[in-house]
Order: sequence, then C-alpha cells, then structure tokens
Amino acid sequence: MTIQEMILTLQKHWSDQNCILMQAYDVEKGAGTMSPMTLLRSLGPEPWNVAYVEPSRRPADGRYGQNPNRLYQHHQFQVIMKPSPDNIQELYLDSLKALGINPLEHDIRFVEDNWENPTLGAAGLGWEVWLDGMEITQFTYFQQIGGLEANPVSVELTYGIERLASYIQDRENVFDLEWTNGVSVNDVFFQPEYEHSKYTFEESDTDMLFQLFTMYENEARTTMEKGLVFPAYDYVLKCSHTFNLLDAKGVISVTERTGYIARIRNLARGISKAYVEERERLGFPMLKKEAE
Amino acid sequence: MAKDILVEIGLEELPARFVDDAEYQLLTKTENWLNDSRISYTSIVSFSTPRRLAVLVKDAAEEQTSLEEEMKGPALKIAQDEASNWTKAAIGFTKGHGKTVDDIYTKDVKGTAYIFVKKQITGKPTHELLPQLSEIITSIQFPKNMRWAEQPLRYGRPIRWIVALFGTEVIPFEVAGVQTGNLTYGHRFLGEMVTLSVPANYERTLADQYTIVNPAKRRQMIADELTKTETDQGFQIPEDDELLGEVCNLVEYPTVFVGSFDQSYLALPPEVLITSMKEHQRYFPVKSNNGELLPYFAGVRNGDENGLDTVVRGNEKVLRARLSDAQFFFEEDQKQSIDYYLEKLKRIVFQEKLGTISDKVRRITAITNQLSQWLDLDEQTCSNAARAAEICKFDLPTSMVNEFTNLQGIIGETYALNAGETQAAARAVAEHYLPVQAEGTLPDSIEGAIVSVADKLDTIVGCISAGLVPSGSQDPYGLRRQATGVLKILKTYNWHITVESLLELAEQQYENAESELMDQDKSRSETEQFFRHRMTYLLKESAIEQDVIQAVLYNGIGVIPYMVAKAENLSHERNNPDFKPVQEALVRVLNLARKTDLTEVSQSAFETDSEQQLYEAYWSVTDGYKKATIQQEAAEALRQLGKLSQPIHDFFDHNMVMSDDEVIRNNRLALINQIAYLIYDYADLSAIEWKQHF
Repeated sequence: MTIQEMILTLQKHWSDQNCILMQAYDVEKGAGTMSPMTLLRSLGPEPWNVAYVEPSRRPADGRYGQNPNRLYQHHQFQVIMKPSPDNIQELYLDSLKALGINPLEHDIRFVEDNWENPTLGAAGLGWEVWLDGMEITQFTYFQQIGGLEANPVSVELTYGIERLASYIQDRENVFDLEWTNGVSVNDVFFQPEYEHSKYTFEESDTDMLFQLFTMYENEARTTMEKGLVFPAYDYVLKCSHTFNLLDAKGVISVTERTGYIARIRNLARGISKAYVEERERLGFPMLKKEAE
Repeated sequence: MAKDILVEIGLEELPARFVDDAEYQLLTKTENWLNDSRISYTSIVSFSTPRRLAVLVKDAAEEQTSLEEEMKGPALKIAQDEASNWTKAAIGFTKGHGKTVDDIYTKDVKGTAYIFVKKQITGKPTHELLPQLSEIITSIQFPKNMRWAEQPLRYGRPIRWIVALFGTEVIPFEVAGVQTGNLTYGHRFLGEMVTLSVPANYERTLADQYTIVNPAKRRQMIADELTKTETDQGFQIPEDDELLGEVCNLVEYPTVFVGSFDQSYLALPPEVLITSMKEHQRYFPVKSNNGELLPYFAGVRNGDENGLDTVVRGNEKVLRARLSDAQFFFEEDQKQSIDYYLEKLKRIVFQEKLGTISDKVRRITAITNQLSQWLDLDEQTCSNAARAAEICKFDLPTSMVNEFTNLQGIIGETYALNAGETQAAARAVAEHYLPVQAEGTLPDSIEGAIVSVADKLDTIVGCISAGLVPSGSQDPYGLRRQATGVLKILKTYNWHITVESLLELAEQQYENAESELMDQDKSRSETEQFFRHRMTYLLKESAIEQDVIQAVLYNGIGVIPYMVAKAENLSHERNNPDFKPVQEALVRVLNLARKTDLTEVSQSAFETDSEQQLYEAYWSVTDGYKKATIQQEAAEALRQLGKLSQPIHDFFDHNMVMSDDEVIRNNRLALINQIAYLIYDYADLSAIEWKQHF
C-alpha cells in the first residue's frame, strides 16, 4: 500500500466515523497537535471530531537526507474526537485493519506513555501503540491544554505516517518508501530534506531569527490583547518554529531554553483562555448545533 | 445457603506498573468490606490482566451474621427505687431498645452496677448490601489518574465494562456511566464477548477466550517457555524478575519468541545493548553459557503462534534501527576528544543559581583533592581521583548519553578507557554516580568513592543554599538519596572525617560564586539538620532506637563510623545490668550539671577526700578518654568514663552538693560540671531510657 493509499484509507475510515476531514494547517509547526484544529478546538465544551494530515517540522531531526529514520519534516495523521468515544480503541484498531494489518498475525500492544508538551502547557495520558515492537501511534487522552483542564476530554490519535509505511511496505529506509505508484519519498522530499538541513544547521541567519522571535512574540501578545485569538495563535506557532530553528542550531543555552519555552507557554495559555472566553461569548455555537 | 460473588472491572490497558497493586487493593478492600459487613465466606481470590481486575468470593452468606449487642443503661441506683422496683428510667431504657424489664441484667462497670439489655441486630440480606461494591471500585488508587469523555471520575484508565455477580444474579450498580452486567470480554483479538453465568467458572471461561486471568499462571507460562527456549537453543536467558513481572502485565495470553540481530552490534558496550533490548523493547537479553551476550533476544507476544514469523521480523527491524542509531552515536561521539566535551559542559546549566556543570566539576575537583589529602592517599591514587573528578561529567553532552540517559557514567567509562585514561580514573567516572538508589551498591574503588562523595556534597550543599530543601514527597534533585549515599560511603570506607568538616569544605567552594545563595549560617544549619535527619533514618534502619540516636547526635554528627559504633555500644549497655551503676553515676552528674554555669574548680576549696579523689579520677580518665577518642574506640572511651562511676558514687555518698557554704557549693558544682562536659562529649546519656532492670 502506498503512502497515498494509506492516507486515503485513513481519511475514509475516520470520515465514516463522522470526523470532519481537514487539510494541513498553513503555518509551520512541530506536530499535528499544534494545529489550531487540535489545540484550540479541543478546549471548551463543544463537541469536535476532526481528522487531517499534518506535515510536521522538527528542525533538530534534520539529517541532510542521510539518515534512514530521521527527517526534518515527517507526516502525521491526526485524529481528534471530543468527547472521547467509549469504543475509541476499537475504532482505532479497525483503522489498522483497514490498512491491511490483521491483528491476529501481528502483536499489537498499548504501552503506557504519558505525553507532555511544556511549550503548549499541554499534557495527556495514554499509550504508544506498538505494532510488532514498533511505535506506530500516540494514543492520548488530553487532560490539560494551554494550562486549562480538558473537559470534556478529547482523545488524540497521532499516526506516524512514515513509520507505519516503513512497516507496511517493509522498507528499511524512509527514502525508499513509495508515496504513490512510481514516486518515492526520495523523489519528493530528498532535496528539501537536504536543503532545510543545510539551512537549519549552517546557513540560517541567527540574528534575524532572534529578531523574528521577538517580533512574533510581540505581535502574538498585542493581537491576543485585541481578542483576535486565531491570528494571535498563528504568531505563537511562528514563535515556536523560530525557536526550534534556533535551538537546532545550538545557539540557545539550556537556561535560555527554559526561558523561551516559558515565553511561548505563557502566550499559549493566554490564547487558550481567550479562545474559551470568545466561544462562550458566542454561546458555544457547536454545542447548540448538536442539540438540534 | 451461600453463593459466590464475582466482580470484574474491565479497563482499557492499564500501565503494567499499576496492575499488581490495583489487584491487591481490590482484594484487601473487598475482604475488609466483607468482614466489616459481617458477610461470612470461605475464601477470596483476586485476578488481573492489563485489561481487568477481578475478585472472586466463594460461598458468601446470603445474610449478614446477626449480632447480639450489649446496651448499657442507667446505673442500678437510678434504675431501681428503694423497694427494688424498676424506675421510669429503667422502663424507658428497655422500651427504647424494644425490650421489657424482664430482659434486664446488671453488671459492674468500674465498681458501679449498671443495668443492661441484649439487643439482637438481625442481619440484612447480602444482596441489599452488595451494590456498595461500587465504592470499592472507585476507591482504588493508582500512581497516576486520568479522566475520559465527560466522566468526573479519575481512574488509572477508562472503565469499559463491569461484571458483578452474586450467584447467577447481576448485582445492579453503576460506575462512571458503566452499568454492571454478566458480559465479559476475552483477549482483544483472539477472544470474544462471553456471558459469565456462574462466578466459579470465571478463570476457566476466560482461559477459553485466550485470557489467563491468574497472573501467577501467566508468569509461569512465560518462565516455562523461556526455560524451554534456553534448552532448545542452547543458550542462557538470565533471570530477571522485574522484567518478567512487567512483561506479564503487558499481555493476556503470552507466547515467547526469539529474534536475532547482527553480530557486529556486539561491539557496542553491553549496557547499550541491554538497555535497548530491556528498557526500550522489553526483551530478555540472551547470553552464552560463559556469560557473554549473544546476538539474540527473547520477546513475549500478546497472542498465540499465529503469524509469529511476522512478529519476529517486525521486532528485529525495530531493534536493528535502534542499534544502528546507537552504533552511529558510538562512532561519532568518539571522533571528539574528552576536552571537546569538557568545553561543552560550560554551556550546560547544572542549576540556575549554582552555575554550569563545568562550574560543578571545578568544585568537585577541589573537594576531591582535599579529601584525598585528608585521607592521606598515595600519589597515584590522588592523581587518579583528581583526573576522575575532572572528567566525571564529560559524557553528558555525548549523543549516546542523550539517547541512553541512564547510561551516564558507564558511557563515560568506556569512552575514557578508549581515550587512554587510566583504568582507575575511567572506573571512577562510572562509579561516582553510585549508589543510584538509597539501597544500591556503593563504589568499589576508593577513587569512585571520593568523587561520589564530592559530587553529592556539592549538590546537597548547593541546592539547600539555593533554597531547594526537600519537603514531603518533593525531592526533585534526589538530595535525600544522595545524603544517604554519602553517609553510607563514609561508614563503609571508615573515613575518620566529620560530616561538619565535609559540609564546610563543600560550602567553601561556593564562596566565590556570584549567586544569590542563602546566608551561610542559615544554610549551614539547614544542611546539618538535613544530614541529622538522614543519619537518624539510617540508624533506625540498623535497629538503633530513638533515645540512643538522640544521645549520640547531641554534639552534632561527627565522624560516622565512630558515631555508629557509639550508638551500637550504648544500645548494648542500655540493656546490660552490669552497666547500671555506671549509668546511674554518669546520669546523676548530667542531671545536676545542667543547672549550673561553667566555673573553675579550686582544689583548695575541697572539704572531703571523696572530692579530691573524684577530681583526680576525672583527670586520669580525661587522659584515657582522649586517647580512646583519637583512636575512635567507642567501647574504650565509654569504659574510661565508666571508671568515674565509683568515685562519683562516693562523692555523692559523702558530700552535700548544695552545701550552705557558697564557696564549697560552687566548687562542687564546678567539678560536676567539668565531668558532665566530658560525658556529653561522648553522648547525652540522660536522653536514654535505661532498661537494665527489665
């Protein structure tokens, strides 16, 4: 099964479970969790079911396209369901079956994993799902988001697309994976992997990035103060990505690091709170809709 | 008539580390509830898998045991009038309990006669009480709790079904939106949903659904398969109870498989291979008959033999990816020198107020050098210890330690050896982290012990002066464990250095630091207090009682081996009848001395021979006592003090300390006081509850 077919299969599966199919969010981010479709929408009492593919940038994992397992940018398939359905484990296992993984011929395990993202003030409990010893999915019940208690609780499923594909296609090297008939990951992603790695580790303008961080941070704050939650959040994402670029270049010391993370977290907290307030002011529209 | 009770809590996969304790709680809480509720039964057993906790009670009575309760009424004086007729008070009392005056009997309570009646409390039907089991379910505590959906309950993992049966009847109740029933679920993939018609069939019904609910049986299945694998393949799978326990709680139906990896990875440090297999993947490492690692591993699958080849291939692929990463790091790391990494330590913060790791290493080195001097070590050992101190943290910035955090020190040792450091210095890099747990092994080498003590002292003194004193369960820097480690090393290595001087030494290293640390006197008293608590704890562990601990810690902590010897000695004498006269004499001195100020003794003011004799005995004992303390001979020092016993008794027999003559009185008190001073130097013997007479 090609990556493209995998994505189509997962989309179909979760669409059938009444998830809204979304597209990737157009601001750089380190994980699908950071999309406002997850981070903001999982806050507050309104029901929310969504699935989308998220290209996720991890500058520190860039390896110039030379490492068989690590990428500057990989893809996550992200599912959020709020409130978490009682049969969510079964729904998830059915999605693996849809991908052609027969549980009777494999060893599928739910191994304890407590997820935490200090930058977003987010934490959850759940598992990493193992397929024959390989972690293929993060399965998390959100307990806290943006410093606020999650209520009702959302469940988040994050499939590592390349990981899963390397298993399904039985390849050792991520660049050998088939994206679609006749097109490999190498064809599409080798050049950007190499260039982004070179840029991140060697060529990026550190001074400019530091300036950008401060500018984005200020803009996020002033925008938030004007009650414009979504634009403010975009600037938080930009802060986060800029920080990741600086961190990968090794120009942020350990103490400074904690300071930067705290600055982003404070913004994320402020925006989370503002988001819930704004939704409340609007009368939680999706809650009403469900009642109809 | 009696019926069996079955409760099964069906859960999404509980973390393996939660399972045993949760099962135990379910068992004991149910047991206590049955006893408190006066429901008799013949036996109770519990079961668990990652997906269920269960308890089965055999032959539970259908009714609570009836209870006869004795009700106390008014005193007989009030209950009867002068003509021995029952009064209104008595009649009212009996009516209140549904009885008549015919049921009255009398009994003495503390010398006064009271009237009583016996009241029967008839047992309720058990089925009426059983819904209370829901409280047992919700009262189970987990190390970490979570919420799900819209449920307010916080629990280890979401509850998905509950079986609750009394005989064949469902016990009706609800927990977290889940209604009880008689349906259970077998193995997630191999089993099906089944009806449990009778509790007694629980274990067998689920076994048919590929679920071994008895953890001991599951564990034995794995152990047996591992043994069979050893025999079949001709290699050793070292026993590992902890891993076996964890794996047992990751599966409902275990099947052991064997995988392999490329021989070339055996060039990695064995700890790296073992961590990759054990910690990351929960595999059992495999060894040859002479104890060397072999390129194989044994894993446990949650399922049967079906598709086992696929499972093995998948697991091999994962391990291969991990080991190839490790090999890459191992080679890349060693392209750089130790100095390169030492330079990097300047950029890693140890603690905000306490500077970088590089600063810490400088302090550790200074402490190490002073310790080596105090211990009068030979030149080679001194230089090995000094080098070990300089490089003890160099492996922290390596990729390998970044990936395998728990191998800090061990990676350092390997790299240091390859870089041409001496065996002793390299060994000490690994050993300076010991003991890793309070109960863990201590460093084997003196170099390791010195650097370990230096590192820990630096952390403890630094953190406490930065205001990071552990409180309650909060001890993020592990200061308690580290203090215990220091004390154990001091004792085991028999170092005659006082804890107070060690603290001062560690403190001096911070003196030049530009940081907002606490006032030195305050932090010193906090640190000493902290070590006293640790020492008290350690002494208690060696069965020394509180009064003796208080006695020996009277003058501070001092030299650990000497202080421990004093404590052991006093613990013995405390119960020794022969020591009684000595103890009485010495304690008498202490009790009197407390009330006076220290003044000079004047021989010319002595009135009696016994005063003079005590004075002379004091001087001769002082001499012998000092010799014994220098030699750190705890028993001998006490024996010397004991020589004062007779002269003290004579002194008190023949003299009135509180003489009317002020000069004589003060002189006697001054003598007592000087002797007391000597006794206190050993211990505060008046703090001890002497038990020789028992």
